[in-house]
Amino acid sequence: MFIIGERINGMFRSVARAIRDRDANAIADLARRQVAAGAHALDLNTGPTADDPAEVMTWLVQTVQEATDVPLSIDSARPPVIAAGLRACRRPAIINSTTGAKAKLDALLPLAREYGAGLIALTNDERGIPRNAAARAEIALTIVARAMEAGLPTDRLYLDPIVLPVNAAQDQCKEALEAVAMFRTLCEPAPHILLGLSNVSQGTTNRSLINRTYLVMAMALGCDAAILDPLDRDLIDAIRTARILLNQEIYAESYLQSQPA
Amino acid sequence: MPVELVRETWPGRIFTVTIGATAAEGGTRASTVTIGGHAALPFLPGDAPSPHRPVVAMEVMDAVPPDWPETLRRPLADVLDAPADWARKCVEEYGAELIALRLWSPHPDWKDASPDAAAATVRAVLDAVSVPLIILGCDHAEKDNEVWPRVTEVARGERCLVGVAVPENYKTLVVACLADGHAVLAQAPIDINIQKQLTILMTEMGLPPDRIVLHPGTASLGYGLEYEYSIMERIRLAGLQGDRMLAQPMAAIIGEEAWKAKEARLTEAEMPAWGSAERRGPAWEAATAAAFLQAGADLLVLLHPEAVAATRRTIAALTAVAAPA
Repeated sequence: MFIIGERINGMFRSVARAIRDRDANAIADLARRQVAAGAHALDLNTGPTADDPAEVMTWLVQTVQEATDVPLSIDSARPPVIAAGLRACRRPAIINSTTGAKAKLDALLPLAREYGAGLIALTNDERGIPRNAAARAEIALTIVARAMEAGLPTDRLYLDPIVLPVNAAQDQCKEALEAVAMFRTLCEPAPHILLGLSNVSQGTTNRSLINRTYLVMAMALGCDAAILDPLDRDLIDAIRTARILLNQEIYAESYLQSQPA
Repeated sequence: MPVELVRETWPGRIFTVTIGATAAEGGTRASTVTIGGHAALPFLPGDAPSPHRPVVAMEVMDAVPPDWPETLRRPLADVLDAPADWARKCVEEYGAELIALRLWSPHPDWKDASPDAAAATVRAVLDAVSVPLIILGCDHAEKDNEVWPRVTEVARGERCLVGVAVPENYKTLVVACLADGHAVLAQAPIDINIQKQLTILMTEMGLPPDRIVLHPGTASLGYGLEYEYSIMERIRLAGLQGDRMLAQPMAAIIGEEAWKAKEARLTEAEMPAWGSAERRGPAWEAATAAAFLQAGADLLVLLHPEAVAATRRTIAALTAVAAPA
């Protein structure tokens, strides 16, 4: 399970403050804590900012690279901000994200090629968010075909079935899970299948429990990556336990006591 | 028709472990031995060339089992009572890269030698040879726990590999090795889950994961070899898949086990159909070693000089192939 830490996001008030004050120590500390807790990569999102977002993204990349050596996920809706982030990365990064919309793919596939980056692709398009698993798979297929045309190896694709909050679109939780199972067989080499996990529990009371329950179900269906909060210890423990139960890791009595792999 | 080779890449890498320390590193060894570092299954340089080839350690004992067969005694007859001379002979005559010193004599049912006597033997061997040293206990938990702290202390800074730690008895050894700068040989009884558990427990005590060598059990050709082989294979696969608690180099203590087999021991007079014992015994030991090499063993502990020579030839042949372009 490839874990992308979600905490460096300007939507969080403390991160917004650190960005405003250019408090490198606060950002570096958050980067290090997430990696120590089990993150394999870190998502960077400037959030709404009064400054030039491309400049903020560059600063975030430089700051986090000083603190850790994991890959970075450059998270922005705007391709120029993503390009600025990629330029600053010393190691291959991940673009977060394209959709199946033509304009997005036209802008981001060349960037992924140029920078040797992975590409997260949400399975929605100009028509909006699909209502069921089959419609998600249809968009996924378009994305895969465009990636192959563009010469992006499909194992650098992270297909996201789009998780919606359970309190707002309860029926869609199951549709997204079914889409996970469908995505697995789309192409060779198989794409990664990624959840933007925290969305499922947006606005609910039992956030941690809902997150970890949903993720282990998705793992059983073939989900192998997620953007999540690695500082949620119960969530990380659930992932590690699921890995054992899915025979992805060797069992040992004290498996939770070792450093996460 | 051209055959396309299948290349495999793995997310994990096996830790490297260095045995021995030179003067610059705080010890007195003239050379050190580094094992591990692999990013692929054994002897597949096309997948990833291994930085360190497997090594052979020659075993020296401070007390030789009385029932040792004549074939095994003969080449070492002049040194069997003197571990320091035995070690020197291994290095000078047989070119040993490292010595594994087995301390049987402290065993209460044998000679019940004192911890100080064992420590003196270790010191004498360290003084007699300048290659790195592996130190093995007598497999009696309580006595080993008395002996280890003295032994590690007298070898302080030499970065020996000391063992074996077992799930029921590892704490004293880990503390002693942490204090005196040694690595630990961790043994589990042909059980991958327990082997992993032991690594977790030892690292929790503060032992770095690159100061551990795994020993997944003892077996020889005809006597459980395939069980140990398959566990070693699974351990290596798990390590290459990124499990840091199973990503250590592996050792196989072969000589002691191989020479328990009747096929290695019986004389030609006792078993005429099996042919010359002079050839058969070392061959049994070398054949066991060859199998464990394929399973991923990084460190082979052998007894008979001819088995040592044969195993070195096997390693040379298996590592002679360069990575295909």
